Amino acid sequence: MNRWLPFEWIAAVRFLREGRMQTMFIISGIAIGVGVIVFMSALLTGLEANFIKRILTSQPQIQLLPPDQIARPLRHGPDEVEDAVVQRPSQRVLSIDQWQKIRDRMLAIPEVKAVSPTMSGSALAIRGDASRAISLSGVEPATYFKIVRVPDYIVTGEARLTSEDIVIGTELAKDLGASVGDKLNIQAASGVTRVLTVAGLADFGNKGVNQRNTYVALRTAQSLLGMIGGVTTIDMTVRDIYAAETMAEEIQASNAVEADSWIKTNAQFFTALKAQEASNTLIRLFVALSVAFGIAAVLIVSVIQRSKDIGILRAMGTSRGQILRVFLLQGGVLGFVGSLFGSAMGTGALLYWHSAVRQADGSELFPLILEQRLFIVTALLATLTGLLAAMAPALRAAKLDPVVAIRG
Amino acid sequence: MAEPVLRLDKVCKAYNIGKTSETEVLHDIDLKLEHGEFLALIGPSGSGKSTLLNIIGLLDEPTSGRLSINGRDTSTLGDAALTHLRGHTIGFVFQDHHLISAFTALENVMMPILVDRGFPSPDIASTAMDLMIRVGLEKVAGNLATNMSGGQQQRVSVARALAMNPDLVLADEPTGNLDTKSADSVFELMRQVNRESGTSFLIVTHNLDLAKRCDRIVEVVDGRVVAQA
Repeated sequence: MNRWLPFEWIAAVRFLREGRMQTMFIISGIAIGVGVIVFMSALLTGLEANFIKRILTSQPQIQLLPPDQIARPLRHGPDEVEDAVVQRPSQRVLSIDQWQKIRDRMLAIPEVKAVSPTMSGSALAIRGDASRAISLSGVEPATYFKIVRVPDYIVTGEARLTSEDIVIGTELAKDLGASVGDKLNIQAASGVTRVLTVAGLADFGNKGVNQRNTYVALRTAQSLLGMIGGVTTIDMTVRDIYAAETMAEEIQASNAVEADSWIKTNAQFFTALKAQEASNTLIRLFVALSVAFGIAAVLIVSVIQRSKDIGILRAMGTSRGQILRVFLLQGGVLGFVGSLFGSAMGTGALLYWHSAVRQADGSELFPLILEQRLFIVTALLATLTGLLAAMAPALRAAKLDPVVAIRG
Repeated sequence: MAEPVLRLDKVCKAYNIGKTSETEVLHDIDLKLEHGEFLALIGPSGSGKSTLLNIIGLLDEPTSGRLSINGRDTSTLGDAALTHLRGHTIGFVFQDHHLISAFTALENVMMPILVDRGFPSPDIASTAMDLMIRVGLEKVAGNLATNMSGGQQQRVSVARALAMNPDLVLADEPTGNLDTKSADSVFELMRQVNRESGTSFLIVTHNLDLAKRCDRIVEVVDGRVVAQA
């Protein structure tokens, strides 16, 4: 007997050891349950992280825009009435009023990670006889690349943006027959034209985006789009991506801008993400419940099998509390040991899945995310589940009448 | 004058009280057991001997009457106090020995002290080993209870009953499942402990030969003490 272990521990472990076969089966059951939870959690965390990375590294989490232009009918006298229907005016490309002040204000918010002004507009990219409509984004690379990781998407060349450079998508390059180092004529709607050099080709993982999106230096875009010193959007990233919508609402309420969060602009994706999380939680809950019932069933059988032992222990002075703890501990030990095996099984299955299931191009389908926290939380929850599941059998054992128990 | 180790005054026990099936199994039992006394409780099956033994062992409560252990009235004690008193004052030997099969013989003997102290220690093991030597089983101290003969198991059971050095040992048919030789050996062991340590014994038995070797015989018939000799 280990002299550091109390009586309850010694009895709990001995009882489990003696019913070896029973213990082995229930631990296997718990391990399978925990394995499923670990596998699913890690897999979904990986898939979610992958989706979020793809979405959030290719767009800002909060985008500030100039407020919508609305029609303000002029009234000259008290007898003039306003039409029931006022036509919405066309939205001209406008700069955000006093954008530097707003940018500085945004930078002062602790939850904000990066802020970058952007000048966006449409233009034509012309090379020889070929021309394509493009979406031109003028950015400050130092700050903008912290928000949209353009360098990560570069497949040829580099994400260099001097005043003479342009980064274009692979599809546009194909359409125009251009490659790195080639010159493109960029013509704005106003007729202003600039000749820019293709610095890099980017693949954003979406054909439409690869056909349209182009990046130039902020000043280049300002001069091309005829808005010197102006910006059309202020892009931001925040520390808690799920708080983006709340923050956007707060920013809009206290500044003369319209603020859109990634949650609003990707509502469908966000709904899918939430649905996935909810179904994952539900599956985990049901697996945990089945594990709990398994533990409870085994321990109830154990209490019946050991009723004579319980009676004898009570006769020799064991208190009801001690008996209760002996059976609670058995539940806890089963949960904990099951969680260790389950974590190993789940990790093994995940490693196999990660190596066996790949994307068409051979790259990984999801990043392998095995956080220490997942295993700690799983072990704690499994142990707690074991303890809770053991509560009913343990109470039953503690309440046993020793006379009846000894008689069997 | 020292209080008797056990005293029962007008103890009654009834089941299903207030129902049509109410049955009184013990009627006005008066019994006294002095320190160092070795008493045999005899009687036919169903006479209430085991019920009486359970009440004396604080495993069951009398419906009425008074039970005192070492002069202490037990009727006012709660479950925790009764458990403590039982653990420190009374040892049990059962007909089916009831050793806990998950533990070795030595660990079974250690169990009452372990339960009381909470943690194992070398002195508990040494006390238990002394008891194993006393019952002549030191060589099988490491055996699991299931790997011993019936006689050996019952001797271990006696050693376990003595672990807390109780004032009173209650033995319910301790030789009932043993052959004559083993029965005699177990009885002699208890008698020897009684003589050497002054521990009081109350033995329920059907074996009249054994009963005659006790200091006193109390006969219970239909829940009443009918004779004391």
